[in-house]
Amino acid sequence: MLYDQLRPEERLLIDAARKKSIKLQLYDAGQTYLNALEVDCREPFEAVVLQRSVSFFRSVHLTALLESRGVNVINSSRIASMCGNKLLATLELAKAKIPTPRTAIAFSVESAIKALLEVGYPAVLKPVIGSWGRLVAPLKDPESARAILEDRENMFPLYQVYYVQEMIQRPSRDIRCFVIGDSAVAAIYRYAPADEWRTNTARGGRVESCKITQEMEDLALKTANVFGEGIYGVDMMESDKGLTIHEVNYTTEFRNSVPATGIDIPGLILDFAVRKVRK
Amino acid sequence: MNSQKCPDCSADIKIPEDSIDGEIVICPDCGLELQVKKDQSGKAELVQVAKEREDWGE
Repeated sequence: MLYDQLRPEERLLIDAARKKSIKLQLYDAGQTYLNALEVDCREPFEAVVLQRSVSFFRSVHLTALLESRGVNVINSSRIASMCGNKLLATLELAKAKIPTPRTAIAFSVESAIKALLEVGYPAVLKPVIGSWGRLVAPLKDPESARAILEDRENMFPLYQVYYVQEMIQRPSRDIRCFVIGDSAVAAIYRYAPADEWRTNTARGGRVESCKITQEMEDLALKTANVFGEGIYGVDMMESDKGLTIHEVNYTTEFRNSVPATGIDIPGLILDFAVRKVRK
Repeated sequence: MNSQKCPDCSADIKIPEDSIDGEIVICPDCGLELQVKKDQSGKAELVQVAKEREDWGE
């Protein structure tokens, strides 16, 4: 298992491996360096590596290096690249005709304001790369949109890729469905905390177990299938037109979901990885 | 089991016997995340976690 930080998720994976008598070698991504030209040398890595880096850039690059050496990394660099970039993920969802909120991309404040007229207010501005709700901003009207967009003009150029999305009228919660391989194994409701509209648990969102409906399962599996076999946290919202997918997480966190659902998510992740070793 | 006071709320935070250098431990009372730091003798203490970076997440 590759990691940046041993968070509660990685601790749960270590404990699950111990219970299952699985040999789980730990690799600290920050301590790792590799010769990029040694593509025929798998050492010191195992045949299958669980990628748990919290850093997107480390994850994608290190995974690509390992794949070049024949290591089967879960999730693959292709999955991480697609799911870690909201625009690339949206394009894949659109191609597969999976319901997702109306989204536009613009590269200047003026064009973003024009795009917002098509997307409609209220809307949401999201960095194409980023997580835990960081810098996700509600755009309630053209005035506040312009103020927020102008602020972004002073930031790193990545934040000037303006990904604007309709704000779905939903209950104060969304749903995360965990997909491991070809199964939707668990789902949770994520409730926004008081004085907050974002439901991210990293922002204090509350978690409750959610029964997986047929619609939810079908949509989560169809979504996972778009990106390829792997481990996902598929985020969806309850809109008046049914469920709509807004994010697909490729290094999903589950510290709060295990006690809420009673599902042994780390154990199931390891079972999936072991099946890959045996293939 | 070794324990240490939370720097925010003073609650006792237990450092698991089998903790690994760099592991995140969460204060049971206030939720503050701290990191296990081990010296050469294996003695563990809790230190502040590195600041969240822009590409961190899930």
